[in-house]
Amino acid sequence: MQILLLIPFLGLLWLPFYNQAQPELFGFPFFYWYQLLWVPVTSLLIWLVYRRHAEHGEE
Amino acid sequence: MPGEINWPALLVFVFFFVLVTVMGFAASRWQRGENHAQLDEWGLGGRRFGTWITWFLVGGDFYTAYTVIAVPALVYAVGAYGFFALPYTILVYPIVFAVMPRLWKVAHAQGHVTAADVVYGRYGSRALELAVAVTGVVATMPYIALQLVGMEVVIKALGLTGELPLGAAFVILALYTYSAGLRAPALIAFVKDLMIYIVILVAVVLVPMKLGGYGAVFDAAGKAYAAKGSGGLTLAPAQFLPYATLALGSALAAFMYPHTLTGIFAARSANTIRKNAVFLPAYTLLLGLIALLGYMAYAANLKVQTNNDVVPALFNALFPSWFAGFAFAAIAIGALVPAAVMSIGAANLFTRNFWKAYVDPSVSPEGEAKVAKLVSLVVKVGALVFILFVPTQYALDLQLLGGVWILQTFPALVFGLFFRWFGGPALLLGWAVGLACGTGLAFADGIKPVHALVLGGQTYTVYTGLLALIVNIAVAVVAQALLGSKSGTAARSNA
Repeated sequence: MQILLLIPFLGLLWLPFYNQAQPELFGFPFFYWYQLLWVPVTSLLIWLVYRRHAEHGEE
Repeated sequence: MPGEINWPALLVFVFFFVLVTVMGFAASRWQRGENHAQLDEWGLGGRRFGTWITWFLVGGDFYTAYTVIAVPALVYAVGAYGFFALPYTILVYPIVFAVMPRLWKVAHAQGHVTAADVVYGRYGSRALELAVAVTGVVATMPYIALQLVGMEVVIKALGLTGELPLGAAFVILALYTYSAGLRAPALIAFVKDLMIYIVILVAVVLVPMKLGGYGAVFDAAGKAYAAKGSGGLTLAPAQFLPYATLALGSALAAFMYPHTLTGIFAARSANTIRKNAVFLPAYTLLLGLIALLGYMAYAANLKVQTNNDVVPALFNALFPSWFAGFAFAAIAIGALVPAAVMSIGAANLFTRNFWKAYVDPSVSPEGEAKVAKLVSLVVKVGALVFILFVPTQYALDLQLLGGVWILQTFPALVFGLFFRWFGGPALLLGWAVGLACGTGLAFADGIKPVHALVLGGQTYTVYTGLLALIVNIAVAVVAQALLGSKSGTAARSNA
């Protein structure tokens, strides 16, 4: 499960993947909304790891 | 606008400032424990902060007033490159989730108050403890000074001149931090964060409406960069590596600072920290939107004297004056919270890892609190003197170097939480070489955050702090391999 925590690093540190203007969303170039989208996605990934953690009853 | 006092804005500003001042003094009674004269109480709020308080405190202390001014200023100046603050403040949370609950457990079990306490407890090395403590204090001082810069900018935007308002605000801050300790910024953070949220939500909805929508905002900024011939809405290929390494290096460094760690140590449980790693990114969303204020300035056709004036000028131009005053109060109060926590973090380090270690080893917990309170005053006066008498550029340069330096404490503080192979001497050597290397490169590059590395005919431009960290770790590994792992078992009870 901990491996999920690495996904945001892959998604955000490889610039050629998202350094472009198209496609736009609500007037935002891709470069901006893509990175903003990673905020809730990262939260969700951490929450998934946290939930698993809590299920295992660790302190 | 400058020189002419904006009365409605000033009145609103003063109202909120007085409100948080009263709260700051009242905070000493809030959630008070039995032994309120001890350092744990003054410097860590009794380690009783739950999920909500920690969220507000760390949010208020990590996303500083200076950020609200400086990130849009950088985006305004250089475009997409300035946006690295966003991946930085996203990637910091997986790191916090993985590292900080472990750190909290060690600190809680053994009564550690500072990072240097943890390092001493783990490795039993006074030298490494001192290295971590001195790095922490030195890296924090310019950071406090920059909060003052943030405050100076909004005071100027209200039309006030001279140094008296800034001095007065800081004396008030110093006094209630002295009397209430970490509880003061924790309580004030509620007000500050709610105000900042209101300001930013209004700004990101209202400003584009006035300026013709986000499409128009990005268009205007894109045209301005094209006309300038520098910057742009996306990165140049040569900026990929600097962007990514600045984001990663800053994320690794962020929670090595005394002020962010103070927020961690003050949490009630390890799960408080885990939950905060899930919920703190809400502030990052806000920061991403704040960064866009830099582009809105182009759409609003603002002309500013210095880039730091972008945000206040935008608010003055587009908001009614009472709301501009509210926004400026939010930013100024936003400077008080981190400045208070930073001075407390620095004072804790001085007290635990210098005073107790070298001057008065038998000091009582009450005595520790007395020393720390006095030191917090000295630290703040020092920052004020610095900002009044030294060019602001020095504070900026020192803050940049401070980031490089604090990152060099990462191996000493974090590695021991996960494995016990390293010993104190190897980590100390790594820290020293990393620090020398990072400082040397930064000076050779004229205090720039990135260094151009030529390898096999290719040039790689990398964040200097990260480069120094790699050297630091490499030296520590080699030294440990040579020295043997005898020294790695100093404190077994830390598991």
